[in-house]
Amino acid sequence: MPPDDLEAERVLRICTACMYCDGLCAVFPAIAGKHDFAPNDLTYLANLCHNCRGCWYACQYAPPHHFAINLPNTLAELRQRSYADYAWPRWLGRGFGANARVVAAIVGGITASMLIATLLLVPANVLFAAHHGPGAFYRVVPWPIMAGAAAATLLSAMLAIGISAASYWRAITPRAGTKAILRALYPAVLDIVTLRNLGGGGPGCNDADEKFSQQRRWFHHVMVAGFAFSLAATLIAAFYHHVYAVAAPYSLTSLPVLAGGIGGVTMLIGIGGLLLLERRADRALSAAAEIRLNIVFLVLLALVAGSGLAVLALRETAAMGLVLTLHLGIVIGFFAILPVSKAVHGLYRSLALLRAAIERARPRRSGDE
Amino acid sequence: MSTVSASTKIDVLVVGGGSAALCAAIAARRHGATVRLVEHAPLSLRGGNTRHARNFRLMHDTAHCYVPDSYGEDAFMNDLHRVTRGATDATLARVLIRGSATIAPWLQANGVALQDPGCGVMPYSQRTAFFLGGGKTMINALYATAARIGIEICYDSEVVALPTSDGQGGNVVIDRGGITELVSPKALVLCCGGHQSDRAWLRDSFGDAADGLVVRGTPYATGRVLRMLLDAGARPVGDPSQGHIVAVDARGPPVDGGIVTRITAIPSGIVVDRNAQRFHDEGEDARKTHYARWGERIAQCPGQIAYLIMDAHGRARALPTALPPIEADSIAALAVKLGLDPAALEATTRGFNAAIAGGELIQRRTAQLAPAKSHGAVALAVPPFAAYPMRPGLTFTHFGVAVDPQMRVIKSDGSRFENIFAAGMIMAANVLGRGYLAGLGVTLSAVFGRLAGEEAARHAAR
Ligand SMILES: Cc1cc2nc3c(=O)[nH]c(=O)nc-3n(C[C@H](O)[C@H](O)[C@H](O)COP(=O)(O)OP(=O)(O)OC[C@H]3O[C@@H](n4cnc5c(N)ncnc54)[C@H](O)[C@@H]3O)c2cc1C
Ligand code: SF4
Ligand code: SF4
Repeated sequence: MPPDDLEAERVLRICTACMYCDGLCAVFPAIAGKHDFAPNDLTYLANLCHNCRGCWYACQYAPPHHFAINLPNTLAELRQRSYADYAWPRWLGRGFGANARVVAAIVGGITASMLIATLLLVPANVLFAAHHGPGAFYRVVPWPIMAGAAAATLLSAMLAIGISAASYWRAITPRAGTKAILRALYPAVLDIVTLRNLGGGGPGCNDADEKFSQQRRWFHHVMVAGFAFSLAATLIAAFYHHVYAVAAPYSLTSLPVLAGGIGGVTMLIGIGGLLLLERRADRALSAAAEIRLNIVFLVLLALVAGSGLAVLALRETAAMGLVLTLHLGIVIGFFAILPVSKAVHGLYRSLALLRAAIERARPRRSGDE
Repeated sequence: MSTVSASTKIDVLVVGGGSAALCAAIAARRHGATVRLVEHAPLSLRGGNTRHARNFRLMHDTAHCYVPDSYGEDAFMNDLHRVTRGATDATLARVLIRGSATIAPWLQANGVALQDPGCGVMPYSQRTAFFLGGGKTMINALYATAARIGIEICYDSEVVALPTSDGQGGNVVIDRGGITELVSPKALVLCCGGHQSDRAWLRDSFGDAADGLVVRGTPYATGRVLRMLLDAGARPVGDPSQGHIVAVDARGPPVDGGIVTRITAIPSGIVVDRNAQRFHDEGEDARKTHYARWGERIAQCPGQIAYLIMDAHGRARALPTALPPIEADSIAALAVKLGLDPAALEATTRGFNAAIAGGELIQRRTAQLAPAKSHGAVALAVPPFAAYPMRPGLTFTHFGVAVDPQMRVIKSDGSRFENIFAAGMIMAANVLGRGYLAGLGVTLSAVFGRLAGEEAARHAAR
């Protein structure tokens, strides 16, 4: 058994005997009454933890105590390993290790090649001119190329993540009939969208220190809402393009531009908050690889949103061509690295929450003294 | 070196760092006093035994979001009488029980979060409320509140001398990393727990058996202040050789193991001493608090050690433990791992298995075996066999100083120390002369702590 697993077993065994943290998150109810932990149980529990740190501040056995329990760190290490273990294709797993370098190389490479290609292929008088009216963007980058490249990378990323998630689910599937799974679907979805477990059982999580706060939960909500707005903007624009046959750019008061603008700004606010929390939080309570993964993903997402807003701001000027190419490069790069990014957390965690919802009807135990 | 620093001009000095001390300090501060709290432990281990507590007992007439149903004053009083068998001061017991009715909202107002019985996996409990995240979270919240409202908090600070004169506490000597400081507060609240972590004292009271005792809580509850109070003429209450002693895993740490080292599976197997002989009915008490009865018994065993032996079925019925049991495929091999005589352990199990009479699992008992196993007597037959070595684990002793209903320390001659108040385990024996009720420890410390803090502030304002 790998040393991480042995440490996780040691710690979780003490937690099951203790259970003082049972009200803080879904991990504790999931280990109640367990004598042994199989590796797939560990994989499941690792993703049921979202590193809220509540159990660290609550732990009567935190170092310098003899038992030296650091559950958030123990589970974070396992979680990082699970991301790599279930990556598809297999070799992709290595991308989680040196995440910053891999992501910078891929996104940078794609962006740079797009810029170079644009410079080489688009005549300077077109590229550096101010374009107006419908179809202005496509005079620089033709629509089929733009949409085709983006769609192709996104689809292959979704395929890779989908297959990874499927094998993750196969590894952690609980013994339960289809009916039980279906019944658990609603509560699980509720847990997923409300981020209920980021509430620490009521007063909040220990986002930065001993004090309880709901900041992480809210910034996460804000970021996701911003992302949803941006996604909606893209879908509406596609609708305009195909159904109304009106080509971008749209007017400032049009739905796609409004949604995209609000989405971009909202996302940046959420990301800023999450990055700030990442900076303030105690690093010993997470895994170094996890912190790196978080920061890389947030920064990249901020670049996507920021460059999108830049396109909006500069679309009437001569800089439009280059800024648009830059934005496209970052977006396509972002799609490309999704399978080795924090984005996998969304699916793994949701699946872990689904298993937790299925198993929730367990007998209660005693714990007073 | 000793200095008298500027900060010595305080109204109330609170000694200790657990629930009693924090409640006293916060209550005194809220009553307008300037307050300093000195805790012997470092910040990382602050909070005394309260760090290891889970729930507390409270009287309530109606359900609240943290506790269902009701638990009235008389019911509480009856429970207290039952466990102490009369070893309780009725006046103080009333003060405690009535105080418990308002302690939960008071703690909440001071930042403590209580767990909704509908969340997590804790049992439905009519008599006790659970801290969300346990005692350490509660302690953290109170420290945060104390700091916010302007209480001066000093860690690594031990009170080493407590001069008294004319029934008054005088210059208190505080040692901090070898540097001593004199403080002369107007009032003094002593909330520094019992003496259960002082090996020499335990040896005085328990004799050789003390060597086999495991101390379940903080190593900082040394009873140093308790000793100083007694030397200054305070009236002792209770018995230093009586305590709340439970069965704990012998492989756990010698101090501070907390809750996770208790061995709660005794009804699922047989218990033998180091001669591999059974010595008590393992099925006598199947309540979930049975392990509290076994502490005393193990303390009486040669070498203060005993072994719980189970087969695979017994282990499956047991709750998980912090350390996995020692396992082997045969009883003889298990004996070798435990350092017991294999032939003797085999003989004991064989005799036990042979003596099992029929009946339903729970009622099943042994016939013609001494001692009998009166409930849940199931043959140890299915490998792997599992064992826990067990020691007596001391939670606290039933010993302290006498106080009046204002929490003033009473002297042996019946007079009082005018400005010395005591709360928490240091005076718990006034109401808990014997026995224990789940969740009483924190209630006692919080209710009496709050009261002592208020009285001390009142005294200082005079
Ligand atoms: C494992 C375990 C589990 C428990 N579970 C529960 C439970 O679930 N519910 C419950 O109600 N009770 C429980 N108890 C009992 C409960 O913890 C105690 O009754 C309660 O915490 C006592 O609080 P206190 O403030 O009086 O003393 P303590 O919490 O023991 O605090 C004493 C403090 O005084 C400090 N101190 C000692 N000497 C000095 C000195 N000379 N100078 C300065 N500081 C000093 C110590 O460092 C310590 O901080 C449990 C106890 C243990 C050991
Ligand atoms: S860090 Fe938070 S989410 Fe993870 S186990 Fe601890 S309390 Fe649960
Ligand atoms: S993290 Fe610590 S306090 Fe919480 S359940 Fe585990 S051992 Fe107990």
